[in-house]
Order: sequence, then structure tokens, then C-alpha cells
Amino acid sequence: MKRKQSMFPVNGTMTRRSFTAGAAAVTAAIAAPAIVRAPIVRAQGAALKVGVLLPRSGAQAGIGQDCFRGVELANPIFKGIGLPELEIMNADTETNVEVARSRAEKLIADGAQLLVGAFDSGQSSAIAQVAEQKGIPFVINIAAAPPITEQGYKFVFRNFPTAGMILGDAFVNQKEVFAESGVAPKSVVFLHVNDTFGTAMKNGVGAMMPRFNMPYEIKETISYDPTARDLSVEVSKAKATGADALLVVSRLNDAILLTRELVKQRWSPMGVLSMGPGWYEDQYLKTLDKLGDGPLSFVPWYDPNKKLSKQLEAALGQKYPGINLNTNHIYTFEALLVAADAYKRAKSADPKALADAIRATNITENVSTGPGISFNAKGQNDKLKNSAIQNRGGKLVTVAPKGSTNAKVQWPMVAYDKRR
Amino acid sequence: MPAEIYLNVAISGLLTGLVYGLMALGLSVIFGVVRVVNFAHGEMMTVAMYVAVVLFAQLGLDPLLMMLPIAALLFAVGYAMQMALINPFIARPEHSQFMLMVAVAIILVNGLLIVFGPDAQTVQTSYAFDSFAVGPVIVDATKLYAGLAAILVAAALFAFFQFAPLGKAIRACADNYTGALVVGLDVKRLYALSFGLGAACVGAAGAIIVLIVDVTPPLGPAYTLLAFIIVITGGLGSMPGALLGGILIGLTEAMAGLFFTPSAKSMFAFAILVLVLLFRPQGIMGKRLT
Repeated sequence: MKRKQSMFPVNGTMTRRSFTAGAAAVTAAIAAPAIVRAPIVRAQGAALKVGVLLPRSGAQAGIGQDCFRGVELANPIFKGIGLPELEIMNADTETNVEVARSRAEKLIADGAQLLVGAFDSGQSSAIAQVAEQKGIPFVINIAAAPPITEQGYKFVFRNFPTAGMILGDAFVNQKEVFAESGVAPKSVVFLHVNDTFGTAMKNGVGAMMPRFNMPYEIKETISYDPTARDLSVEVSKAKATGADALLVVSRLNDAILLTRELVKQRWSPMGVLSMGPGWYEDQYLKTLDKLGDGPLSFVPWYDPNKKLSKQLEAALGQKYPGINLNTNHIYTFEALLVAADAYKRAKSADPKALADAIRATNITENVSTGPGISFNAKGQNDKLKNSAIQNRGGKLVTVAPKGSTNAKVQWPMVAYDKRR
Repeated sequence: MPAEIYLNVAISGLLTGLVYGLMALGLSVIFGVVRVVNFAHGEMMTVAMYVAVVLFAQLGLDPLLMMLPIAALLFAVGYAMQMALINPFIARPEHSQFMLMVAVAIILVNGLLIVFGPDAQTVQTSYAFDSFAVGPVIVDATKLYAGLAAILVAAALFAFFQFAPLGKAIRACADNYTGALVVGLDVKRLYALSFGLGAACVGAAGAIIVLIVDVTPPLGPAYTLLAFIIVITGGLGSMPGALLGGILIGLTEAMAGLFFTPSAKSMFAFAILVLVLLFRPQGIMGKRLT
């Protein structure tokens, strides 16, 4: 009689016991990668897994995507300067603090050995909490809120100036520009966005300006919504003050709107002194053409005379013709530079070894203005310097501080009605 | 503060309000006839703005000249949407209609993001930076053209509903749905025409507004909200109310920015809305519901 065929044929090599043992082995094999993954430590030779968190969609999508250009340029340049390659793991924070937190957790669960990000202070704070809790180093590319590095974190590092540093340098550079040109405004009207950044900067200006003995007084402070569709009232009010110049903290769209209103309302102040983004961005220059020339921005920038700056500028020009090197590219690139440099010295992807190596960073061949990259006990690079840059013919030139410039300042700026 | 500043700001607010009014007019027409609340209103306007941007960038066509073709395109889109998508929902509960329109809005925003990316796009006409000086008063040329165009489109729409047989049929349909059916009007087609006309208004408003505002995909929800504030203030379903509401909100925002602080402009627009809802729930020119 023919034996009934079983679904799992039992022959000389397959018994119920061996099947159970085999199943256990298969289960163990499936589970193995997860178990191996748990300690995260990998031998030098494998690329360091870096989780890059950026707002690639939502309100800050444009900036997040711009930051990502700095990521794209990193590995080819690192190869040329003898730094190890990084394996980039991307995550989109969707311009949302809670999403930033959950994406950071997921990146770590997926094997990220170091985190970089996240342009925004709120999102970076959330990621910092996760990184500290999980013991994974986090290098902040851009975020200016001071509290992030005041929490006593051991795994959080910031190579970006705090709001106080930005303001202090802005006043110092303004005085240098006024001294260089021999003309200083006696009064300004202060226009600022009323979001977290704008309000913090406004409070900072109020607190810090008296210490710098500035040549001007603030005639009026006007705050506005950064999503405003029309800024004609704001400019009308500002014009009515009769101030010599504009001091602004704005974003991109409102910077364009303000300039349009200045032209339409036939008001050419001595100049625009910007202490935030907007006025130097490519879209501003592209949209306004000749009318975009002139504003001075006091921002975290790059030293055009440094060797690595020239390399980064050339690489960007090659990959993205027509796009000027800017803060987003520079500081995202440098965050990865910190990671690659630390990995090289630590010779390990062990999080603690990496964090110790980052703490001992001393990069002098870098891009940003200042003596280089190093971190104080709080994880803050407190040696960074800001620059004064000016829009000139669709390009950006650096006019301060001395020693890190590539052009002389044009101040006062050419009146709008003389350009058309 | 010099006196001319008040006049400058008032004129600017009035002109902006006229364009707001035109945008809200579309919402009012759609609700007044079809009784569907178009939650994709601002998003549809954003689509029109992008059409204007593309026509300007690729063919150098001025958005003001392209206002009618863009309105016609949006009419076709609105007509098709009503026939294919909204008519099956007419008899369904209101929350189903709301969700349908919210879904359309989300699809439009994300579709625009995929096609155009997140960066703001602009139309830089030869008169983009022009202004007229009348004594000490300075009037923004773009806003003046936009305001005049809004008046023209609104007048044409009023005339259509007042004098054209088709306009009268649509009004009859809005006044008495059952009566319209009884006298043999093709109500579904009239609904589609109404939605198309509302969409055409939005198209015209988009072509005009792109002269004043740079367009980004997430702009839509802000304008949907603004349109709601305007039509609720003016009276949901009332066409003159929509235009009046637009002017009122435009002027209020401008004057609040001047007298108080510009960052509180929206707050005052909402305050007007709350006052209207408290003391005249049907809106300034709306009919009291029985």
C-alpha cells in the first residue's frame, strides 16, 4: 500500500525532532541581525551610519532641501581630504517637532550611529532629548536657541552660534562696516517677524544693544506675521518714522514683500541691516534682480579665503550651477565634517567613543568664519564668528570681519529709483 | 504720523479687500446654489495662480490678460468636478461632503508640491514695482489694476445672475430646489454650471492675486480660511455680501495694522467675524434662516 504523502515529507533526514531543531535555527537566523544590531558598535572600515534629520516637507521644506545640498557635497570632498565615508540615512521631520522626535527614534532603531540636524531649534531640541536618552551623538547643523546646549547633555554638540552670539557679532560687524564706509545711520526702524526666532531676536536686541554703544537709536519696533501676504502697512508705518535705515529680522517671503513695498512706496533708506535669513537667499536675489542688491546681512557664514570654502563652493557650483553657497549648505556640511573627523579619530562607532572624539574636536581647516571647530564643556562651538555679507549683482560678497572678506562694503546702498 | 499715511493705508486695504471679495464670491456662489461648502476653495485658487505663473514664465503672458482664459479653464474643472465628484454626494450627509472637499484640498496641495516644489513662485510684470503719486498719496499700480479687474469680474457675474436666462434659472434653483425640479429644470446641470462659475471666480481671483502675492502650495488653506471669514461676515450665499465682506476685512486688516500692531491684523479680522456671529449670525447681507 502506498503511504500517504505528507505535506512535509518525512524521510531519513527529516524527523519531527530535526524539524523542530531546524525551525529553531531558522528563527535564530532571522532574529540574528536584530541581536547583532543591538550594540551598534561596528569595526572601523564600515561606513559610519549617520542619520540626517531635516525638514524636507512642510513649511520649512525649501530650507530643508537646501540643507540637504550640503549633505550631498560631503562624501566626495571627505574622500579628497582623507576622511572616512559616511553612510547617510535620511529622515524628513516634516517641519514638526513631534515628527522630528519619532524620526530620530526610528533612525536609531534602524541602526544610525550618529545623528545630524535639524535646522530648527524646536525640532533640534526634541532630537537632542532622544539622542541623550539613547546615548547616540547628535551634531546640530543649524539651531540658535541657547537652551539646547545648556541642559548638561553629554551627547549633543552644536557647531552653530547661539542667538546671543549672532546678535553680538552683528553689532560688532555693523560698527566695522560703518567705520569702513565713514557713514553711520543715526536712527533705524526695527521690523521683525513675530515667530519664536523673531521674538527672541527682538528681546536680544533690546538687551544687548546698549552694551555695544551703537551709533543709531531705534525709532520704532514693528512686528509682523511671517506668513503675512501684504506688508504695505508695515512699510508705511516704518516710512512715517523718518528713520535713516532698516534693521530687520525676517524670513524669505517677507523680505521680498518688504523690498517690493520699499520700491512701490518710493522709500530708499540708507540701507537694510538684516540679522536673519531672507535677504541673502537665492530666491530673493533671483526674484528681485537689481532691486535685490544692497542689503547687508549679519549671519553665520563662511570665510571665502579658506581652502575648504573654495572647495565646497566649487563643488556646489558644479552640482548646482547658479546657486550661491549659503549658511544651510555650510553648517550642514560642517556637521558631517565633525562626524567624519570624530569617526576617524575614534576608530570606532561606539557612541561613547564617538562622543568623546567629538568633544576633543579641533578642526582648523574648515569652512565657517572663525578659528575653526572645537566644542566647550557644554558641547557648544563658542569660537564661531559671524560675517557681514552684501548682495552685489546677484552674488554675495563678504565685507566683514576683517581678514575674512572678499570685497569692500557699499554703504549707503544705491537708491532704488536709481537702479531701474 | 502724517495724514497721507492714513489715506495710503486705507486705499491699499480697500484695493486688497476688493480682490479678497472676488475670491470669496466664488465660495458664496457655490454655497448659495449647490449648498456644498467648498473646503478646497483656496487650493483651487492656488492652482489658478500656478497656471498664471506657468503662462507668464513660459509664454510671457500677463496674468491680467490671462484672467479670462484661466477663469474658463477653472470653469471647466469646476463643472467636471461637480458632475463627476460632487453630484453623487449632494444627497449624502454634510460631513461626507466636508470630507470629500477636504480630501480634494489635500490632494491639490500635495499635487502642487510634487509638480512645483515648495519654493515660492512669482510673476514679475513690467509694472510690478510701479506706483502712482497723487499729491502726497501713493497708490500701488498692481493693486489698483487688481482692484479694477475684481470690480469688472464681479459686475459681470452680477449681470449674469440678474439678466441672463441661465443666471435666472440658477437663482430659481437656489431659491426653490423642488420648484426647479417641478418646472423641469435640469438641476444637476445647473449645479455643475454654478460650481463652474464659482470656480471661474476663483480662477480670475487667482490670476489677479498672483500679481500681489507669491504662490506656494501651502498657501491654499490660508485663503480657504480667509474666504470663509469673508463670506460668513458678508452673509453666506449673498454675492454682494461677499464683496462687502472682502472690502471690510481688507480695510480692517490695514487699519488695525496702522492703529495697533501689524502682527495683530488677523486678530481683528477674526474679531469682526465673532461680532457678526454674535449679533447678526446670518451675516451683514445674508438672509435670516427660518
